[in-house]
Amino acid sequence: MIEILSYPFMQRALIAALLTGLIAPAIGTYVVQRRLSLLGDGLGHVALAGVGLALFTGTAPIPIAVAACIAGAVVVEVLRQRGKATGDVGLAVLFYGGLAAGVFLSGISGVGAGGLVQYLFGSLTTVTVGDLGLVAVLAMVVLVPTLGLAPQLYAVSTDEDFARTQGLRVRLYHIAVVTLAAVTVALAMRTVGLLLVSALMVIPVAAARNLVRGFTSGLVCAVAIGVITAVGGAVGSFYANAAPGAFIVLLAIGVFMLSWPLSYLLRLRRAAAPLPDSMDDDDELVAPHTVTESHPHRHEPGCGHPAVQHGDHTDFIHEGHRHAVHADHYDEH
Amino acid sequence: MLLGAGTVPVSCLAADDLTVELGGLPVLRGVSLSVGAGEGVALMGGNGSGKSTLVRALLGLLPHQRGAVQLFGLPLRSFRQWSRVGYVPQRSIALLGGSKVKEVVAAGRLAHRRPFRPLGRGDREAIHEAIGLVGLSDQLNTDIAALSGGQQQRVLVARALAGHPDLLVLDEPTSGVDLEHQRVLADVLTERLAAGIAVLVVLHDVGPLGDLIDRAVVLSGGRIAHDGPLGDLGQHQRRLGGHQHLDHGRTADDPGAGSASWLGGAVQP
Repeated sequence: MIEILSYPFMQRALIAALLTGLIAPAIGTYVVQRRLSLLGDGLGHVALAGVGLALFTGTAPIPIAVAACIAGAVVVEVLRQRGKATGDVGLAVLFYGGLAAGVFLSGISGVGAGGLVQYLFGSLTTVTVGDLGLVAVLAMVVLVPTLGLAPQLYAVSTDEDFARTQGLRVRLYHIAVVTLAAVTVALAMRTVGLLLVSALMVIPVAAARNLVRGFTSGLVCAVAIGVITAVGGAVGSFYANAAPGAFIVLLAIGVFMLSWPLSYLLRLRRAAAPLPDSMDDDDELVAPHTVTESHPHRHEPGCGHPAVQHGDHTDFIHEGHRHAVHADHYDEH
Repeated sequence: MLLGAGTVPVSCLAADDLTVELGGLPVLRGVSLSVGAGEGVALMGGNGSGKSTLVRALLGLLPHQRGAVQLFGLPLRSFRQWSRVGYVPQRSIALLGGSKVKEVVAAGRLAHRRPFRPLGRGDREAIHEAIGLVGLSDQLNTDIAALSGGQQQRVLVARALAGHPDLLVLDEPTSGVDLEHQRVLADVLTERLAAGIAVLVVLHDVGPLGDLIDRAVVLSGGRIAHDGPLGDLGQHQRRLGGHQHLDHGRTADDPGAGSASWLGGAVQP
């Protein structure tokens, strides 16, 4: 691990991966909530038009791709809001238009479609200091509103009508979400690549939903999974000599697949121990003092009933409820 | 109360000659309605009579083609005091799955909050109080999708109550809710009405909420067929049965509309 950090290109790669893992699931949480999971994929195509334009004009690709992506995202959202893009047809036209424009522009610029490949699949290890600065600034641009406006964005993505009756400018918030998603996609073309960024926006979110309850916990957990898989994938690809983008996404899918059996185990534990639900943060639990009826069995460690440490004593799980030793009887907990 | 000395009484909610079309078909035709402070108004009518459309148009969620809506004396377009309005939509939690009960209810405080500010102590208290009022204090951290339909409905009521609104608009808040919790809701609304808020509630069956209803407005075929005390409804209903002509709008295929049969059993004298 230490030797990796001694290579400046790997330092830059790890920071870029970390930032991607941070922002993609953060904005992805709202995108998935609105059932727009494939938006990132579509925007990736539009970003290619920006890359093509940059190759054609001989300018830096990231800024142009960001601009193209934002323009595409806003057009799609406005068409959707006006009811003009009925179904997916309008989106499809825009996305394939982006792809075609990208290939066309890179062709006439003399680079050829092959020049787009590094943006399709990312090139983490060739990130320059300049790229990194831009990625860091734009990552903050995405992260600050996705966390700071979380209550508003949550309301807008879950119940549009209600959000409107709270005086929220719903259309503006929707446009903000797709714009931030566009920035994320354009940034990711240097890290996991345009074809795979959507995976990092969606898969950690889906895995987090299996693991934790609630929107806020889901957001935090998705970001954690994103960071771990992005950094883990970058490190892993260094040792395995593999493509980092692909490694990162496969790792995220691995976490997602693990989240299924894990969610099952968590559910079992919650079913056996329903009490902690009402005990987190500021909620106070008033435990009733309910005495069990005659109870011939004597609970002790190793008696066959699962034991749960509960404050100053041990409870024994007994047919879906808990027994705690209290003087000469058992309390129902 | 809204009325200052010497001022003209202002309705909390008023519609004047409201016409709403959906997909080119008229759903509401020249509807006028007013709800004052401290007044409980029931909005009734068969399926497809335009109740939900009216509620949504009154809150600006649907555009209207003709007429005007005023909230607290201000035209809808320039109304900004949304913290005074509480809305309970018809139950649909399609996108709310994955949210804890307290997260859903917390959204009811948004009109009081500024962007980039965390929940304040007052917000927290209001959220917990509202959840307590609907009897779900033991489900604060439950995923709303794991609740029964009636419990989900109560969460949506709590969300509206959390904003401490001066006007509460509820779209069928009792659907799927058991009798005991309908009574709880009736008690909560009665207490709020006494404190001077205005309540407009869409009801299919009057049930326990009947006691707090000062006036019933009955929609039929997108027009107001009755606007008066709930008690008059029985008599009116008989009259409707003899003379009413069906509007052939969206309601034409609804066997209940216009025949008044939908009221069967709904109003117990």
